[in-house]
Amino acid sequence: MFDALGALIAFQLLHLDPASALGAAVHFFVMDVAKIFVLLVVVIYVMGWLRAMLSPERVRDFVRGRPDWQARGMAVSLGAVTPFCSCSSVPLFIGFVEAGIPLGVTFSFLIASPMINEVAVVILIGVLGWKLALLYVLAGLAVAWFGGIVMQRFRPERWVEDYVWKIRVGETPRAEPDRSLLGRHRHALGEVKEIVGRLWRWILIGIGIGAVFHGFVPADWVSENLGGESWYRVPAAVLVGIPLYSNATGVIPVAEAMLTKGVAVGTTLALMMSVAALSLPEMLILRKVIRWPALALFAGVLAVAFTLVGWGFNLIA
Amino acid sequence: MKTFKVLGGGCRNCEVTAQLIEEAAREAGVEIVLEKVTDMAEILGYGVMSTPGVVLDGQVVHAGGIPAPDQARAWMQG
Repeated sequence: MFDALGALIAFQLLHLDPASALGAAVHFFVMDVAKIFVLLVVVIYVMGWLRAMLSPERVRDFVRGRPDWQARGMAVSLGAVTPFCSCSSVPLFIGFVEAGIPLGVTFSFLIASPMINEVAVVILIGVLGWKLALLYVLAGLAVAWFGGIVMQRFRPERWVEDYVWKIRVGETPRAEPDRSLLGRHRHALGEVKEIVGRLWRWILIGIGIGAVFHGFVPADWVSENLGGESWYRVPAAVLVGIPLYSNATGVIPVAEAMLTKGVAVGTTLALMMSVAALSLPEMLILRKVIRWPALALFAGVLAVAFTLVGWGFNLIA
Repeated sequence: MKTFKVLGGGCRNCEVTAQLIEEAAREAGVEIVLEKVTDMAEILGYGVMSTPGVVLDGQVVHAGGIPAPDQARAWMQG
């Protein structure tokens, strides 16, 4: 359906040649814009209806006081289903520390949250198929789980800023959310507006890059320079992803274009994870609560983990 | 007179939230005092971990994103 829409606009309305680079790029762009935005609106609306107000405050109450492995399991899975604005990572971090949740568990949460979310997963399924979506989710959960454990080994407590330990989280009465049908509809609609309003630029940029890649970069060049089995492709993809920052949803069209041109699955997954979860702005925000050594370690652990994931998938594939 | 506090580290979403409340107040002709709270100790003191959050007369009425315009209008009633 979306394929046909792309063809209609690119080839019949604009009279582009399907064999030309521009024709292929425009076709890709129209198709992906339609597909991703339709999926986006539907998923967010449905999730807005279903989500029983799963806030980080609730997550914290769930996780506190559990044995380590249980806490980590919850932190990772709740991190995967709770979206939060990246500017929340500081209060979130402090709130977790104050609840006595181990720092390693907190890091697991901070890794899982930007990397996996229901919006990205559904769009992954729609664009790249459920197998790749499943691989991405499993790899993301594994990285979050073990990344947190490795971080804990380095005793990151010593790098937490002193003031963090002194803050006490208070309890204030909360207004009850409106659970009527109309209230849920309003909430869902609000979520759609807010999230689409926040993400559309990233997604358009991602689709644009994907379209240019799809239309103008020849498959031969790709297989020569980005494809193949050479071991250094994966760490190179991770390094490229660090300065680049986008929402997980925005990288999907880029990954789609790369895969169709024959870039290896592991290399593509490594780039996706690196772009979504390892970002300089995010790191700078976390600098308010932890010192440089912990940040460098965090970036290092993630970079190594993404590289291992990429190698693993390239080996299997 | 209503007292609002917008809790958040000064990110873009917090600015938008503050503007939204000011606009709703102007529309409803309600006099308000609005304070932006960026101090983490105070934000967490309200038990809010996901910003932006909104406090109305000492009660947390919203947390974890930009509130809907309807919601902001409702805060001006009563």
